[in-house]
Amino acid sequence: MRNANPARETGDDFRSLRQARGRRHTLGRAGLYLLATVMALWVLAPIYLITITAFSPRDVVREYPKQVIPREFSVESMDFFVNSTGVLGSLWNSVLVALITLVLSTIIGAPAGYALARFAFKGRDPYRLVILSTRAFPIVILSIPLAVTFLTWGIYDSIYAVALMHTALAMPFTVLITSSIFVSVPHDLEEAALTLGCTPLQAFLRVVMPLALPGLAAASIFTFVLSWNEVFAAVILTLQERTLPAHVLGVLTSSPPHFRFAAAWFMLAPSLIFIFLIRRYLLGLWGRISR
Amino acid sequence: MANIELRGITKIFDKKVRAVNDVSLTIADQEFMVLLGPSGCGKTTLMRMIAGLEYPEAGRIVIGGGDVTDLPPRKRNISMVFQSYAVFPHLTVFDNIAFGLKMNKTGKAEIVRRTEEAAELVQLSPYLERYSAQLSGGQRQRVAVARAIVMEPAVLLMDEPLSNLDALLRLNFRAELKRLVAELKTTTIYVTHDQVEAMSLGDRIAVMRDGKIVQCGTPMEVYERPATEFIGGFIGSPPMNFLKVRLERVDGELRAMLGSHGLPAPAMLADHADRDLLLGIRAENIEATPVDGVASQDGLVSKTLVVELLGAQMLVTGEIDGQGIKVLVRADAPIKPGVDLLLHPELDKLRWFDAESRNEIVVS
Repeated sequence: MRNANPARETGDDFRSLRQARGRRHTLGRAGLYLLATVMALWVLAPIYLITITAFSPRDVVREYPKQVIPREFSVESMDFFVNSTGVLGSLWNSVLVALITLVLSTIIGAPAGYALARFAFKGRDPYRLVILSTRAFPIVILSIPLAVTFLTWGIYDSIYAVALMHTALAMPFTVLITSSIFVSVPHDLEEAALTLGCTPLQAFLRVVMPLALPGLAAASIFTFVLSWNEVFAAVILTLQERTLPAHVLGVLTSSPPHFRFAAAWFMLAPSLIFIFLIRRYLLGLWGRISR
Repeated sequence: MANIELRGITKIFDKKVRAVNDVSLTIADQEFMVLLGPSGCGKTTLMRMIAGLEYPEAGRIVIGGGDVTDLPPRKRNISMVFQSYAVFPHLTVFDNIAFGLKMNKTGKAEIVRRTEEAAELVQLSPYLERYSAQLSGGQRQRVAVARAIVMEPAVLLMDEPLSNLDALLRLNFRAELKRLVAELKTTTIYVTHDQVEAMSLGDRIAVMRDGKIVQCGTPMEVYERPATEFIGGFIGSPPMNFLKVRLERVDGELRAMLGSHGLPAPAMLADHADRDLLLGIRAENIEATPVDGVASQDGLVSKTLVVELLGAQMLVTGEIDGQGIKVLVRADAPIKPGVDLLLHPELDKLRWFDAESRNEIVVS
């Protein structure tokens, strides 16, 4: 009986096999999406709560249970935060520090990135590794001697001290990101420019730069965000001339809750916007999953 | 006047790989010289050294009487067409072609005039405002050529300019390129691994292998008198036939024996009697007739294995005493697989090669 209709038998087997595989496939996908959802919520839920609390009237902060859907829009908390003593000054400091960091790290880091991208020099791979390893150095250990050094130089408690520190912190990223950007500009184009009457510098400025510019802009924004968010070095290297995160951290314990939420949102927003703007380049750098 | 003189050029990569090994070559003014060779033979490296993109470890490069070895590319009065075209993606076709002229601080009116002229020459006039991304491969190729010729260089260098085009486009553009270069009368060096391109374009061909020039001559010379077995096998489609023969004296006459059959050999080969030689013969220089029972002493008998119709001709692959041979016959010849053929090579087209060194033994 079993072999009476072998064709049908195998057909059934095949179908059930395929169904089983399909089920497993669906399960796998569901698990993946579940995991992704949990991870996204892990990050998004606090951001969401911070945002609605920051833009609600101040008494909402103390409410429990929390409202998931905001009832009333209000800039009261934000207004209070922005006009608190020291916030505008430290905001201005933060912007200055970030800009100086951006300029310094680009001026120093981009040529290094270019060299890594174009020249096969001896010890290139160790060099690449060493650049990255500077990040492994704890800021705590770095900051105390730096504070002493900056005291003797007379730039302690100034935005320059913080900018120098941030430049050092941003350097590995700047070098590696710019190097990957320059690699993506075909060397042929540069050589073609050389045969068409360019000096190496002209070839770089007229051909490589225009093509690398969007990527370099992305790298700059990344540096900006890095400096904008950095708090530890900023706290150690300044007393009066604080950057915004350092200032917020300093006054946090003595501040009312709605101030904290407003501050959190204020710190968060620029980073989010910038990262969103340059995510295309970050994906390109860290391995694109899909376009 | 821009002749090119290469004197003992050597390029070493990573301190050990001799990409180009002591190459000397003189290229006449207005000559079209093709550097031909398999990949990795050093032909592109040699061209890049002439362009100034690589620096030779030894040797001098002289263009138009002036030593340019230590000059950067921009001071050599050369233009180069890259294999990848290297069209600047951030510039329009017009700006691409005008790029070099702008760098040379040419006057505005002249830039416009010469750019439009060059674009016209390669039929790009309707596309001047387009960007590289909006062009087809063939059009990009034209931009690269226009960008090079607009400079009116003393030497035009082309690195496999047709290799990224599809077959039909390549055929068309090859003819166009030949016309263009003939009109411009620029000394041209052209790198390719495609022997058909080399044959059809070059005034002379320099065949390279392992960093050396193994033969340099007109396409016909290289085709008819390959200096080595390698060249005979590399140039021509099908490649030259090589048969291992033994030189023997039969009744006082030299004969190249292949099994029981033989061919008369020139008396100048007397020194090589009783030795093995390689006999080279082109597929089209063999007359083939079906064996009609009477096996002649003159000629070789081959067993037909495969018959391929190529259109105007038929390519017959056969076997003589275990050695393969290819013969081109008329398309309507009554030849089928399994048929024995009597082969009569044209005796003056026979080429003799040393079995050891694989170099040609010149007999005339």
